[in-house]
Amino acid sequence: MASRKTIYVDSDVLVIGGGFGGCGAAYESRYWGRDKKVVVVEKANIERSGAVAQGLYAINCYMGMQWDENKPEDHVRYARNDLMGLVREDLGYDIARHVDSTVHKFEEWGLPIMRDPENGRYQREGKWQIMIHGESYKPIIAEAARKAATEVYNRIMVTHLLMDKNKPNRVAGAVGFNVRTGDFYVFRSKAVVVSAGGASHIFKPHSVGEGMGRTWYAPWSSASAYALPIRVGAKMTQMENRIVLTRFKDGYGPVGAYFLHLKTTTENGYGKSYENTWYDSIKAMVGDYVDQQPVPTCLRNHAFLKEVQAGRGPIRMVTKEAFKDPHKETIGWENFLGMTIGQAVVWASQNIDPKEINPELVMSEPYVMGSHATCSGAWASGPSDYAPDDYQWGYNRMMTVEGLFGSGDTIGGTAHKFSSGSFTEGRIAGKSAINYVNDLGNDQPEVSEDEYMSLKELVYKPLENYTVGRNEITSGTVSPSYILPIQGLQRLEKIMDEYVGGTSTDYLTNEPMLLRGIELLTMLKEDMSHIGADSLHQLQRAWELNHRVLASECVTQHTLFRKETRWPGYYYRGDHPKLDDKDWHCFTLSQFNEKENSWSMEKAPVHHIIDK
Amino acid sequence: MSTFVYMTSCDGCGHCVDICPSDIMHIDPTTRRAYNIEPNFCWECYSCVKACPQNAIDVRGYADFAPMGHSVRVLREEEKGTISWKIKFRDGREKNFVSPIRTTPWGSIKGPAEYDDPNTQEYATQQLAHEPDALKIDSLPTISRNQFVEGPL
Repeated sequence: MASRKTIYVDSDVLVIGGGFGGCGAAYESRYWGRDKKVVVVEKANIERSGAVAQGLYAINCYMGMQWDENKPEDHVRYARNDLMGLVREDLGYDIARHVDSTVHKFEEWGLPIMRDPENGRYQREGKWQIMIHGESYKPIIAEAARKAATEVYNRIMVTHLLMDKNKPNRVAGAVGFNVRTGDFYVFRSKAVVVSAGGASHIFKPHSVGEGMGRTWYAPWSSASAYALPIRVGAKMTQMENRIVLTRFKDGYGPVGAYFLHLKTTTENGYGKSYENTWYDSIKAMVGDYVDQQPVPTCLRNHAFLKEVQAGRGPIRMVTKEAFKDPHKETIGWENFLGMTIGQAVVWASQNIDPKEINPELVMSEPYVMGSHATCSGAWASGPSDYAPDDYQWGYNRMMTVEGLFGSGDTIGGTAHKFSSGSFTEGRIAGKSAINYVNDLGNDQPEVSEDEYMSLKELVYKPLENYTVGRNEITSGTVSPSYILPIQGLQRLEKIMDEYVGGTSTDYLTNEPMLLRGIELLTMLKEDMSHIGADSLHQLQRAWELNHRVLASECVTQHTLFRKETRWPGYYYRGDHPKLDDKDWHCFTLSQFNEKENSWSMEKAPVHHIIDK
Repeated sequence: MSTFVYMTSCDGCGHCVDICPSDIMHIDPTTRRAYNIEPNFCWECYSCVKACPQNAIDVRGYADFAPMGHSVRVLREEEKGTISWKIKFRDGREKNFVSPIRTTPWGSIKGPAEYDDPNTQEYATQQLAHEPDALKIDSLPTISRNQFVEGPL
């Protein structure tokens, strides 16, 4: 390992992950910190990285305050309803009040936003969504981030955060390796903003062959958003709140534009509508939450699932009528081409023209994320002007670790931020990080050489495991001494799928299953020290897997802790099949202790700031 | 689907290697041309297809659920500011779509440091860059912390 070069990078603000959250953090850090060194580090290339690499056809979070379309309060109500009552309303309000300024900047920068020909306003797809031609959404935002950052480091996989050697519970930087050169990087920074990706591929996907990459969320979303803060003891919240998406079959093409703009509906395999069939049984599970409008996404999933279980699948989207209008047909196709090209490929390959055939829908495998319609992530401090004391212990968006900030998938409790809200949250975190750095004065964090040198050895261990173990065997992929990253990943996906509520149990789990899952995850975590990587690319896969395993353990602990079924359609606790507002109208918080390899769980109160 | 590279078109320039978000486009040391080293980690995002100056990269739908004989081709023209798609069905039907990708020249974004320095007193407020002007309303909304209630509504 001594042969690996160590490169030191010093900064005031280190942004980990150059997706929308990270680009927002870079932009705002520079605005408020003109003399500060702002560094962005990204495992791919920020030009096309993160969840928006492929583009988007809509911005799903825009208030339209300039036209009195919505108020921030309305968005809090919407997100709260969709999440069955549990969101951090302080954080959600904060994003909603700022998000319009973000979107207006995007348009000024050159993002083509469609206009309603009748009133000249942005073209609404739904109450919160506006339609864009977003093929180059990410390159445009990346251009702004590059102009803001002092330096952007592409192709560096960050593996661990570094803590201050003098003051406990304070962050001091991060380490990682360059996927091309193999050099070891030590980032020493006064503040760190984690803006990495949420978690795909922790549950077994429907497609397991060549098509396993066609997960709904990008396969490069490797749970670094969670693993990085978890490992240093940051408190996490709502990690059980995984999301399951109803999407077009196999390609996972989006349905939002179809439901909201094209006004299409769903039907069962016999051409009948079915959602109302399940109203009474849903009401028995969750009470009045079923009467909210719009109906919470998880409950619509539940009706889908029950209908298929009753033997009346497949569920289809009724597109034939809408697609007779050539304008709507164009929107339907461009919607895919703009953000899920694979769905167009599936339809072309199977001769599915939605003008003639109502295409099949499917419920996806679960994902864990904090930016889309669920709110897993780190427990963060709220805005100082109104957040209640329980939610405020420092700078806005600072986690429970000093100097450690987050945005996008990383921050918990703030569902429905999407691309514009993630960038906005990055901006909030970026400004806070600059204030934090300004306030540090002479009391500055210092990394420990012992710590980063021992991490250096750990980071490259999979290469050594492979080199040594490979000599034992003639050829092939089966070794008694190591497992390959893909083999470890498939074991993880199988455990999560079978014990923690994946597709093969129809999202059902219970305490004995979760406890068994934890036993198997513990062994997988131990086996992480025997991962073998034959190249730097596989070393990246090894560390992605490592992050996924730690995040999965956290998800499982949270799922075990919450003894109710809060979100039927996302997952079910068979031993606690109903929503229980008496005991569980609260957030779940976890904290990992790396030294003792143990988890502690607690409840935190839900404070509502907005009335019904 | 996954990407593949045509032997006669690829010149090994490495644009795809540089752009792939999944780090799966690599140069084969023998042929000195690009190839997809890990098709099962391909999200079919087309970043490499769009970036290829030789149009050497194409996509074949995932073997495990996409029947053969289809194609979805793309041409991204930065200077023109458009993206053009040609979809060919297995049975030969075709569909074509063209969309704008950007309304301003590439490189024209004004960086945050090119604006006037913020006032000292603005650091302690909730205001972000360009606000309240960029909100296009008079002031940043806020609420009272006394509004909070605990428990189910």
